[in-house]
Amino acid sequence: MISYGSVTKRFRDGTVAVDDFSLSVPRGSLTVLAGSSGCGKTTLMRMVNRMVDPSEGRVAVDGQDVAGQDPVALRRRIGYVMQNSGLLPHRTVGQNIATVPRLTGMDRSAARRKAADMMDLVGLAPELANRYPAQLSGGQQQRVGVARGLAADPEILLMDEPFGAVDPLVRADLQRQLVELHHQLGTTILFVTHDMDEALTLGDHIVLLQAGARIAQQGTPKDFVSAPASDFVRDFLGLDRGQRTLRRETAADGSVLLVDPHGRPAGVLAE
Amino acid sequence: MSWILNNLPLILDRLWAHVATSLPAIVLALLISLPLGWLAHRYRPLNGPVLTGAGLMYALPSLPLFIVLPVLIGTGVRDAVNVVVALTLYGVALMVRSVSDGLDGIPPEARSAATALGYRPLRRFLAVDLPLAGPVILSGLRVVAVSTVSLCTVGAVLGIPSLGLLFTDGFQRGILAQILTGIVLTVALALALDRLLVLTGRLLMPWARTPSRRTSRRSHRAGGVERAVTPS
Amino acid sequence: MNQLWEALLWCLDPSNWQGPAGIGARSLEHLGYTALALVIASVIAVPVGWWVGHTGRGRGVAVAVSGAARALPTLGVVTLMGLMLGIGLAAPMTAFVVLAVPSILAAAYAGFEAVDRQVVDAARAQGLTEAQVLWRVEVPLGLPLLIGGLRSAALQVIATATLAAYVGAGGLGRYLFLGLKTQDYAMMLGGSLIVVLLAIALDLLFAAAGRAAVPRGVRVARQGQAQ
Ligand SMILES: Nc1ncnc2c1ncn2[C@@H]1O[C@H](COP(=O)(O)OP(=O)(O)OP(=O)(O)O)[C@@H](O)[C@H]1O
Ligand SMILES: [Mg+2]
Repeated sequence: MISYGSVTKRFRDGTVAVDDFSLSVPRGSLTVLAGSSGCGKTTLMRMVNRMVDPSEGRVAVDGQDVAGQDPVALRRRIGYVMQNSGLLPHRTVGQNIATVPRLTGMDRSAARRKAADMMDLVGLAPELANRYPAQLSGGQQQRVGVARGLAADPEILLMDEPFGAVDPLVRADLQRQLVELHHQLGTTILFVTHDMDEALTLGDHIVLLQAGARIAQQGTPKDFVSAPASDFVRDFLGLDRGQRTLRRETAADGSVLLVDPHGRPAGVLAE
Repeated sequence: MSWILNNLPLILDRLWAHVATSLPAIVLALLISLPLGWLAHRYRPLNGPVLTGAGLMYALPSLPLFIVLPVLIGTGVRDAVNVVVALTLYGVALMVRSVSDGLDGIPPEARSAATALGYRPLRRFLAVDLPLAGPVILSGLRVVAVSTVSLCTVGAVLGIPSLGLLFTDGFQRGILAQILTGIVLTVALALALDRLLVLTGRLLMPWARTPSRRTSRRSHRAGGVERAVTPS
Repeated sequence: MNQLWEALLWCLDPSNWQGPAGIGARSLEHLGYTALALVIASVIAVPVGWWVGHTGRGRGVAVAVSGAARALPTLGVVTLMGLMLGIGLAAPMTAFVVLAVPSILAAAYAGFEAVDRQVVDAARAQGLTEAQVLWRVEVPLGLPLLIGGLRSAALQVIATATLAAYVGAGGLGRYLFLGLKTQDYAMMLGGSLIVVLLAIALDLLFAAAGRAAVPRGVRVARQGQAQ
C-alpha cells in the first residue's frame, strides 16, 4: 500500500532526518513507527502525503510514486491526525469533520450526515456537533481529529502521536477504539508513537527506529518481546530493567497472580 | 547639503529644543506610569478603567490636544510646557499598560519565593517585581521614546520650538533640504534613543538576553498588534 | 474654563454649521479623507502583509519598515509632500497613505503569524489548497488583528488630516489654523474639540468592529482560558 524505497531526507539546514530508509506497509495493516524523539518518525509520515518531499529515493502509494501526484488531491484521499488535533478553532466540530467532504464537492446536507456518522463511529455524542473545539476536552478533540481524518473514507490514515496529550485512562479508551475501527474499516493505518507500550498494544507490525530513521528492528509485538534484536531494542522496551519479566505467584484465595521483579502485582492470570 | 552647512547653528538649536522637550516627557511618563501600572496590576477593579482611559488617551490627536490642554492647565497656547505635558500623558497612556502587563507576567512562584525569603512589599517590588517585569516595561518605554520624539515636532505649527520648526519654516520658504534635514534628524534622534534604551536594558538586565527569534515571535503573538496603536 | 465655554458655544452656533466651510461639511471632508486614505493604504498594504504572513518571506523588511515608520514625523511628511506636490488633494493624501500603510501592513502579517502554525499545517495536510488555507483559515483568524491595525491607521490619518490644513488641505484642521491666525481662540478650541470627539467615536467604532470580528469559536476559547 505504502512503500518507501531508499528514502533520504536532508533539510535545508543540513539535518539528515531520514537516512536511506526502506519499508513496505501492507494494505490493511496497522503499522506503528516507534522511536525516541527526533528520530525522524514525523518526517517519514509526512512524506506519504507530500507534506515533506524526500531528497532521495521514492515514496509510493498503491505502487505510484507520490512525487508525480498533485499534493492537494493526494492529501484529500489520505487521512491525517496529529497530536494536538489541529482543528480549526473558528469552525464547529461538525464543520471541522466535514471539511474534506465539502472540499471534494459533497453538498451541505450530505456532508452534515457524513459528519454525524463519523461522530457516531468514534463515539462522540451528536449534540457536540455544534460546539467549537475549545469547548471540548482533550480526549474529545482527539476523537474529532480521528473523525475528520476518516471523513473522506480514505484508504490510508496517518496518525502522528494522536493520543500523546491525553491522560492514561482516556488514552487506553482511544486505543481500544482505534483497534476496533481498524477491524471494522480495514483502513491502512500508519501510526507514530514514542511510547513502546502503545506500539505493542496497537501495532500488528512495529518498526522501531533509531536516529536518522534507521530501523533497529521490525516485526510483530510478539517478535519484539520474545526476541529483541539488540541492546537498543531491549532498552527501549524496558526489558533490561526487567519490567516485562513477570513470574507467577499464588494468592491467598488461590488465584494466580503475575508479579514483576519488584514484587508488585501486575495482574491476575486468566486460565 | 549647502543648506545644512550654512545653517548648522540653527539646526543644533532646534535639535537641542527638541531634546529638551521630549526627554523630560519620556522620563516623566516612566516615573508616573510605574505606580499607576502597579495599581492597575494590583487592584483588579482599577484595571479596566485605567486601561480604557489609557486607550482613549492615545486616540486623541496631538494638535487638538496641544490646543485644548492650555485651557485646562492655565498656560499659554505657545508654551512648551503644553507639549511636555501632552507628550507625558501620551507616554503614560502607553506605559501603564506595559507596566501592568509586565507585572502580570511575573511567575507567581518567583514572587512567593521572594516573600518567603522575607522581602517586605516595597523592597520586593524594587528588588524582584521590577527587574522581572523589566523587559516588558523596556519594550513599552522604547515605543514611548520613539513616538514622543516624533510627536514632539507637531508643536511647531503653534510656534513651539523643536526640529518641527524645520518643517514649517522649510515649507513656508520652499526649502526642501530643510524639511528633509528635519525628517532625517527626527528619525535619527528617535532611533538613537531607542538604541540607547536597548543598551541600557542589556546593562541593567543582563539575564534577559535579546530573545531568540522564536520566542520573540511567540511574545509577539501573545501581545498582539491591537496594542501597537501609538498616539498621533 | 471660560474659554472652554466659548468654544462650546462656537460649536453649537448653527451659523457655524452652514455652507461648504461649515462644521458639518468640514467634518465630512475630514472623514472622507480618512476613509479614502484607509482604502488606498489597505489596497496596498493588506495584500503585501498577507503575502508576507502567508509565505514568511520578506518578514525582515516588513518589520523594519513598520518599525522605522513609527519614528517618521507626520508633520515632516505632510510638509514634504505639500512642497513637492503643491496644492490639491494629492499631497495630503500621499502623506496619509504613507503614514497609514505601515500599521496596516504590520497588522496584516502579524494577524497571520498569530494563527497557530499547527492549525495551518493541519489544514494543509487535510488537502486545502494554498488559496483555501489563506481564505478559510488565515484571513478569518487574522482579521481581528488586521482591524486593530486599521484602527491605529485611522487614528493616525485623523490626526494627520488635522495637520494637513497647514499645507492647504480642507477638513477640520482649517478651524485650528484659521483660529490661530486670527486669534479666534473659541474657533481654534471648538475645532479641536470636534476633532477629538470624531477620533474617539472612530476609535470606539473600530474597537467594536475588532471585537465583532473575533470568530465565535475563538471567543469561547478565550473565555474558557479566563475562567
Ligand atoms: N523543517 C525542518 N527543518 C529542519 N530540520 C527539521 C525539520 N523538521 C524536522 N527536522 C529535524 O529532523 C529530525 C527528525 O524530526 P522529526 O520531526 O521527524 O522527529 P520525530 O521522530 O517525529 O520526533 P518527535 O517524537 O519529537 O515528534 C529532528 O532532528 C528535527 O529537528
Ligand atoms: Mg514527531
